Amino acid sequence: MTTVAVKPATMAQALTRALRDAMAADPTVHVMGEDVGTLGGVFRVTDGLAKEFGEDRCTDTPLAEAGILGTAVGMAMYGLRPVVEMQFDAFAYPAFEQLISHVSRMRNRTRGAMPLPITIRVPYGGGIGGVEHHSDSSEAYYMATPGLHVVTPATVADAYGLLRAAIASDDPVVFLEPKRLYWSKDSWNPEHPTDVEPIGRAVVRRPGRSATLITYGPSLPVCLEAAEAAQAEGWDLEVVDLRSLVPFDDETVAASVRRTGRAVVVHESGSYGGPGGEIAARVTERCFHHLEAPVLRVAGFDIPYPPPMLERHHLPGVDRILDAVGRLQWEAEI
Amino acid sequence: MTVMEQRGAYRPSPPPAWQPRTDPAPLLPDAEPHRVLGTERAADADPALLRRLYAELVRGRRYNTQATALTKQGRLAVYPSSTGQEACEVAAGLALAEQDWLFPSYRDTLAAVARGLDPVQALTLLRGDWHTGYDPYEHRVAPLCTPLATQLPHAVGLAHAARLKGDDVVALAMVGDGGTSEGDFHEALNFAAVWQAPVVFLVQNNGFAISVPLAKQTAAPSLAHKAVGYGMPGRLVDGNDAAAVHEVLADAVRRAREGGGPTLVEAITYRIDAHTNADDATRYRGDTEVEAWRAHDPIALLEHELTERGLIDEDGVRHAREAAETMAADLRDRMNQDPALDPADLFAHVYAEPTPQLREQQALLQAELAAEQEGAHR
Repeated sequence: MTTVAVKPATMAQALTRALRDAMAADPTVHVMGEDVGTLGGVFRVTDGLAKEFGEDRCTDTPLAEAGILGTAVGMAMYGLRPVVEMQFDAFAYPAFEQLISHVSRMRNRTRGAMPLPITIRVPYGGGIGGVEHHSDSSEAYYMATPGLHVVTPATVADAYGLLRAAIASDDPVVFLEPKRLYWSKDSWNPEHPTDVEPIGRAVVRRPGRSATLITYGPSLPVCLEAAEAAQAEGWDLEVVDLRSLVPFDDETVAASVRRTGRAVVVHESGSYGGPGGEIAARVTERCFHHLEAPVLRVAGFDIPYPPPMLERHHLPGVDRILDAVGRLQWEAEI
Repeated sequence: MTVMEQRGAYRPSPPPAWQPRTDPAPLLPDAEPHRVLGTERAADADPALLRRLYAELVRGRRYNTQATALTKQGRLAVYPSSTGQEACEVAAGLALAEQDWLFPSYRDTLAAVARGLDPVQALTLLRGDWHTGYDPYEHRVAPLCTPLATQLPHAVGLAHAARLKGDDVVALAMVGDGGTSEGDFHEALNFAAVWQAPVVFLVQNNGFAISVPLAKQTAAPSLAHKAVGYGMPGRLVDGNDAAAVHEVLADAVRRAREGGGPTLVEAITYRIDAHTNADDATRYRGDTEVEAWRAHDPIALLEHELTERGLIDEDGVRHAREAAETMAADLRDRMNQDPALDPADLFAHVYAEPTPQLREQQALLQAELAAEQEGAHR
């Protein structure tokens, strides 16, 4: 495949480029979903794909999420590699039966004879002023379903690299796109713009000595901001970007916490039954003798997603993160 | 500007022209279910096909009784019998060409067997040693599907993909009357019609969804009528008339193959046995109804036709029964052997490569098994 030297500026553009490159490289890759064709998707992530590859490769489907994913299963059975777009987090719920009863377990049911290489793109999370049902953090539902990979990028480069990896994966991947980062810009690995990132590897985004912030997706920029602000308090915070919730990179996370001795998990999802509980348990199981304080969670409240004018109170912000860091039993050190 | 403000300039006009997008008349099912046996049409039926159907029906009935017996002996965890519905099962298995795909529900093991699947492999799910006991690509039979109607969109997607690739493949998807109430039934039929996918939907209306009769399931004139709303033809057929079911399915398959799009077929039949061996049908239906349907038995219907027309004699009948007994004896023998189980299989196929977390859990189980063995040796 020839690499066209285009340097996208936003996460949305990096995702578009990843889809385009995947479709150009592999004729079995098919994009399907609501409004993905002529319109280019409500977030314009599929912009231009129908024009370039034709409507058979980038298809506007009827408005029915179970039908979209259910037909994608059949297409994958026949050797295609469907990339399905769920328009919003909460609109993906009608497809849950197909996802849980078939997509996640077809390989297992058939002893490996019938793998389903389907990528399910789900714009998720809040912070964009979306009204009811447009801002859910649905990752815990997916994490609780064996057989799925659950991946979420937080940077422009990862948006490209992880989506390429998701499409290339022979397993189904739920690809969670933090919609408030769609328009974020950062340097997009200009030396290697089309590198594919491995699924299942966390990265340290900011090295530090005092404590580890464990986060992913939409909360990464907030954590990096909090880490900068923490310097004024004398805390040097390490920030780990999980990138992949399933499989989970115990190694990178535990290595960081063993170094710092303190950890806070940060995510928008509610705390009860949310990813943070699992992560805190895993960290505690592996790092107990290195911990100076209990692993804390900074999460969204355990409430239905709030109306846009109140969402700022719900989303974990810099202050709430710093408050949690302040509760990590620093006095015990003396 | 409001209408009041633009008074004088505004002229009411009729809405832009509207007309129905397709003529519904040709899509409507006939008033009576299609029948062949006992009618003039039987004379046109291919005698070789009728004999083949007969042999398969006899074998199918024996398969049903043998599988039910195996539940009583503890060799099957559960068996949803298709006794009384063998005409639909067998016709579905025989109406497809080699390269076509069958999408069975959990009650359709017999259709899979009629398509060539090994009966023991077909029963793996119900024995409980694994979920799907066969490679779906070997006979192009999708895994037996337990969640209702969820296999229908798979059939649509597979047929659509085949057409995109330019392959000559038709998918036949099976569902019961209860399944037609599910959302996936609706979505599958809608996608199939919009995409003009080469799919045939066979609804076996066997009267009951476990205990709930059709009247509590739908207010539609017939299930076949539902096709019209999607823009595809609906066909009604006597589901106990094997020749009729085969003819209607073969027509629909041919139509799909030639690019004519999907068809919905409703076969009127009856579930003679309870929902499964774990069900008690006497709680929701009377013997009179069951006896009326026993009198319209698919095997008796076809045997009568064949005998009347001199297409089969006593030897032929005996031969079919002996072949069925051979199958049953083989099934019995092989099902009486304990299946080989390997607990490591639990982790082998969750992902292409087990995650680090699954490797840890597999090691845990291995340690438990080792301790168990050690305990057993003490």
